[in-house]
Amino acid sequence: MPIQYYIYLALTLFTIGIIGVLTRRNAIIIFMCIELMLNAVNLLLVAFSKMHNGIALVTNKDSMVGIDAQLFVFFIMVVAAAEVSVGLAIIVMMYRNTHSIDVNFLNRLKN
Amino acid sequence: MSKIIYLVPLFPLIGFLINGLGRKFLSKPLISIIASGAILASFIVSVLLFINVKNTGSISAAYFDFINFANVVIPFAFQIDQLSSLFLLIITGIGFLIHLYSSAYMHEETSHHYARYFAYLNLFVFSMLLLVMGANYVIMFIGWEGVGLCSYLLIGYWFKNINYTYAAKKAFVMNRIGDLGFLLAVFWLINKLGTVAYVDVFANVSKLSQADITIITTLLFIGAMGKSAQIPLYTWLPDAMAGPTPVSALIHAATMVTAGIYMIARSNILYTMAPQTQAFIAVIGLATALFAASIALKQDDIKKVLAYSTVSQLGYMFLGLGVGAYTGAVFHVMTHAFFKALLFLGAGSVIHAMHHEQDIRKMGGLKKYLPITHITFLLGCLAIAGVPPFSGFFSKDEILTAAYAKNPLLYYFGMAGALMTSFYMFRLYALTFLGKFRGTHEQEHHLHESPLAMTIPLLVLAALSVVGGFIGVPEVFKADSHWLEHFLSPIFAQSAALTESHHLSHSTEYTMIGTSTALILVTIIFAWKKFSNYVPNEGENEGFNKLLANKWYVDELYNSIIVKPIELFSGLLKNVIEKNVIDGAVNGVGKLVVASSRQLRLIQNGQVGSYILIMVVFIIVFLFAWINDLTIVRFFNKLF
Amino acid sequence: MGITQSLFWFLSVLALVAALMVLLSKNPVHSVLWLIVVFFAISGHYILLNAQFLAIVNLIVYAGAIMVLFLFVIMLMNPNTETEPRKNFLVQIAGIVAGGCLLTVFISLVKQASEMNNKTALLKTGNIGLIGNLGKALFSDFVVPFEISSVLFLSAMVGAVVIGKKN
Repeated sequence: MPIQYYIYLALTLFTIGIIGVLTRRNAIIIFMCIELMLNAVNLLLVAFSKMHNGIALVTNKDSMVGIDAQLFVFFIMVVAAAEVSVGLAIIVMMYRNTHSIDVNFLNRLKN
Repeated sequence: MSKIIYLVPLFPLIGFLINGLGRKFLSKPLISIIASGAILASFIVSVLLFINVKNTGSISAAYFDFINFANVVIPFAFQIDQLSSLFLLIITGIGFLIHLYSSAYMHEETSHHYARYFAYLNLFVFSMLLLVMGANYVIMFIGWEGVGLCSYLLIGYWFKNINYTYAAKKAFVMNRIGDLGFLLAVFWLINKLGTVAYVDVFANVSKLSQADITIITTLLFIGAMGKSAQIPLYTWLPDAMAGPTPVSALIHAATMVTAGIYMIARSNILYTMAPQTQAFIAVIGLATALFAASIALKQDDIKKVLAYSTVSQLGYMFLGLGVGAYTGAVFHVMTHAFFKALLFLGAGSVIHAMHHEQDIRKMGGLKKYLPITHITFLLGCLAIAGVPPFSGFFSKDEILTAAYAKNPLLYYFGMAGALMTSFYMFRLYALTFLGKFRGTHEQEHHLHESPLAMTIPLLVLAALSVVGGFIGVPEVFKADSHWLEHFLSPIFAQSAALTESHHLSHSTEYTMIGTSTALILVTIIFAWKKFSNYVPNEGENEGFNKLLANKWYVDELYNSIIVKPIELFSGLLKNVIEKNVIDGAVNGVGKLVVASSRQLRLIQNGQVGSYILIMVVFIIVFLFAWINDLTIVRFFNKLF
Repeated sequence: MGITQSLFWFLSVLALVAALMVLLSKNPVHSVLWLIVVFFAISGHYILLNAQFLAIVNLIVYAGAIMVLFLFVIMLMNPNTETEPRKNFLVQIAGIVAGGCLLTVFISLVKQASEMNNKTALLKTGNIGLIGNLGKALFSDFVVPFEISSVLFLSAMVGAVVIGKKN
């Protein structure tokens, strides 16, 4: 499958995530859009990994080229999980204090 | 012997430093001893140098390179020859007497100001010594500026009086105008000859074109005009009388104002080769002599009379330089230093006794109260009037004789000036010392002769004024009797070789001396008779007299043709250009920043969404620029 | 068009539609569910690319753990859809236009990238995505980051507890 297809798919997902961040005020939805963007990048990483692996396999049947990209995806998932746990805790606390999950309430931080 | 040259200016410098830095701690007697002692030490070294120069010729010493770049090397060097050793004696000798005199005259000051006064005075002597000792024009210029500074400081010594500070400022500004001429002349010399050392310049003078010489000499003379108070830059000197009287005696009569004469006498070869400049100098000198003398006729302030007299005498010196009588000019500098310092110190003694009353209309009859001052002042008057055999006679006669040889017209005008001199000097004398006392009763009660520290300098200077002329007895009386001319001949040898001397016949000279002496004596008797029983009457100044009493309205003239337009222009700059253009631009920048920041601040609204939006927008912009390979991207690529 | 291609297009369309629905649905719970659909589609892509381990992890971590966490939080707060804050229309338009521009710029970038021409991603074959190979690499070359990530988890846990604790 041509690599461009994967790129376009990943970019489109990424852009949808950005549009979500830009247009919504609900903190949870924004958070989900960030997850969406992360996943778009993950998909792209795996696609590139397979592309390089495919190129390397032509010369070496047992080539492991591209395996680091997949491990990178794995670590991104790890970090994302940690991030979600902390982020959701923050949102919960914010809701507890303001009874709202509107990100614009956070502009109180500027003072 | 050349090893001790540096000691001459070093002593006053040390005195200046001690008194200047220790002015809060030192006691008055200590201050005066340090200051006077420094000058006395300098005087002793000067005498040693003088004897050495007299016996073995000029000596010089170079210390370090003051300026060294490209092809121009200007060493910090001293040159002691006949001319400068003579000036050294005048400066340190009279300087010492005036220091001594000042220690008594200034005793009313607090010790802090007393020390300040002596520090300035020592600094002045130091600068003046640099001026005459320097081996090149640049060192001379250092001293030249130094004496100008000290003159400014001392005129404005009583700086709490605003008029005195104005006088100081005026003196400084007038001097600066002249200094510019001097500086330009130095630059011209460097440009044309690449050197400013006297020896090199005079040796290479033939390499200069006639036009160059004329320009250089004229520019130097402009410098001399400022420093030596010649038309049109003379108005500062009468105002400089705001300073303490000993300062007037030292700086504004005996030494600093003769710097211009020294400089031209030093550069005599240049002037001899520039006859146009010489004629110019003669005319300016003569005009100044007559002009200042005419003003002095109607002045009522004792110091103002002496000040205008100084301007007038300086005019004679320049006349002498202009007609090529360099020796005569230097001779007159010397005798003038004696009698004018004497007259000023005598005036100071009178002012001291009168409790700072300077108006001669309110004096009179001081003869019996101030005997020593009276006698010495009378001797000074006789000397300046040119009565034989007092010193002024010989020097003035030498100048006038040379002027006659050049052009009889110069002589007649010079003679008229000399008659005016004797008239106003004896008017001054008669009003001050003769007749009845016209001051208040209280003043009369307090009249007393000045202390010894003030009378000793008067006596010494009186003696010098009487006998000082005998070092330059004219040929007509006795052959080879002009010791000074003989002594100074190495300095003026180069000039003398270029000019054919036209000696007047002895009979002409005798006639001239006889007539002038007779005329002067008549004038003196006339003035004596007219003013010895002076009764003040109001409103006597009318018509021409009023013109003279108001100094020909020169100050007013300068005010309206120079000061006023400049003020007007400055006012325009201040009120219109400064306020609207400069301030407008400066404030405009500030306002622009404030206004734009006020707008930019709105971006920082704390809304996460808008931050992200801005971030996205700029990511788009940068990517777009990158895709299209815009210049800015290439610039950043190169940068990193 | 073989079955692989068909699957690719199906999963791609599914992912995009589900992603859009995440944005468009008013109810956050629906958004979460649509996001799970996106994750499933992406996991399907991983399987197509023969990255089986990542596919499973994606399902377990994202679709399982993370999205359940989201659901819990939403239910905990129970926000009603009427009061759900909406941005004003202008900002929404600006966001959409900015996103569109970004996509356009991205696509033009990719089109310019000539080194991408005639490159394909290997489907269905290749063994780098298998658990055994990944495990060997993870516990040999990447063992230090792996251990550090466990510290990261610990600190995230502590952080979440500290932040979420009632004061």
